[in-house]
Amino acid sequence: MSTWPPDSTVPRSTWFLRGVGAAFSLPGLILISSFIGFAALAKDAGVTATQAAFMTGTVWALPSMVVLVGAVTSGAALPAAMLAVTLSAIRLMPMVMVLVPEMRTRTTRQHVLYLLAHFVAVTSWVLAMERLKCVPPRMRTTYYAGLGAMLVTTNIIVVTIVYAVADTLPSAVSAALLMLTPMYFLTSLWGSARERVGHVAMVLGLVLGPVFHILVPRIDLLAAGLVGGIAAYGWHLWRRKARTA
Amino acid sequence: MSYFSNGAWWWPYLFILLAGFAATDIWRFLGVYLGGKLSENSDLLVLVRTMATALVAAVIGNLIVFPGGALAHTPLALRIVAVALGFVAYLASGKRMVVGIATAEFLLLAGLYLNF
Repeated sequence: MSTWPPDSTVPRSTWFLRGVGAAFSLPGLILISSFIGFAALAKDAGVTATQAAFMTGTVWALPSMVVLVGAVTSGAALPAAMLAVTLSAIRLMPMVMVLVPEMRTRTTRQHVLYLLAHFVAVTSWVLAMERLKCVPPRMRTTYYAGLGAMLVTTNIIVVTIVYAVADTLPSAVSAALLMLTPMYFLTSLWGSARERVGHVAMVLGLVLGPVFHILVPRIDLLAAGLVGGIAAYGWHLWRRKARTA
Repeated sequence: MSYFSNGAWWWPYLFILLAGFAATDIWRFLGVYLGGKLSENSDLLVLVRTMATALVAAVIGNLIVFPGGALAHTPLALRIVAVALGFVAYLASGKRMVVGIATAEFLLLAGLYLNF
């Protein structure tokens, strides 16, 4: 590394390992439990262990992975699945936009940022936003690489283990595992909504999902996202107008 | 064109790469590219966020109302009560996710063992 900071007493490898260590925290543990839930879900949908591990490494955003598995279950065609997953993943863009300035220094190479952006998902983002402040600016990309790589690796292993043991579990435990994902999303999505309009969109989506599942099963998620999202946005505009009027 | 419609071993992987990897990483890459050029509170981003939120919420709703596997054999009313009370516990505990998740799981398991 040519960007070794002369003023730092702690070597780069130590910052990488500190990033790795940050993965073992409460948010990290909650993430593991929701990946247990995801593995149960994917197995139930007929996705193989290798495919689920591949999905974990390449997609690495639990909401998008669950949408993808939902599309697999409902027999959606590739374009419909792609559209639904894309819609669910748009939220990653503003997250990356907020994180990048935290990590970028004058010497940071652009391709490093593109590579690290793949690790951005709710948990690593929350941990990074909380802890990067305490990392020297020039070590931040290294720290985040350690954190992201550890989270991905751990959860690929978790998914594989769940596939191996899932069949031996009592049905009540399997039911409880399948309950982890909706509860994790319900609470994390509510907590991460920045404005009231996010909560409105959430309630609309919760109701419209099952309704559209009955009405238009192949494009239920897409329809609920578009209709619920636009309705919530309309409410947002209406309220802002009412307030300024 | 669906996940299981092609018998080739590579088809599910291609499906995951296109509908999963490409569909998510395009936004991550755009985020790096745009980094700081777009305002966090622009109207377009608000609309984008509400659509994404509604979509993920729809997934949650479907997972509760139309679950698969072992969860499908549990009564709908039990699932809804467990989730609703779990959510209330989450709010009451000052938005502590662990409390919400543990409450819902406990109620679900208690309901199953008590044969509701």
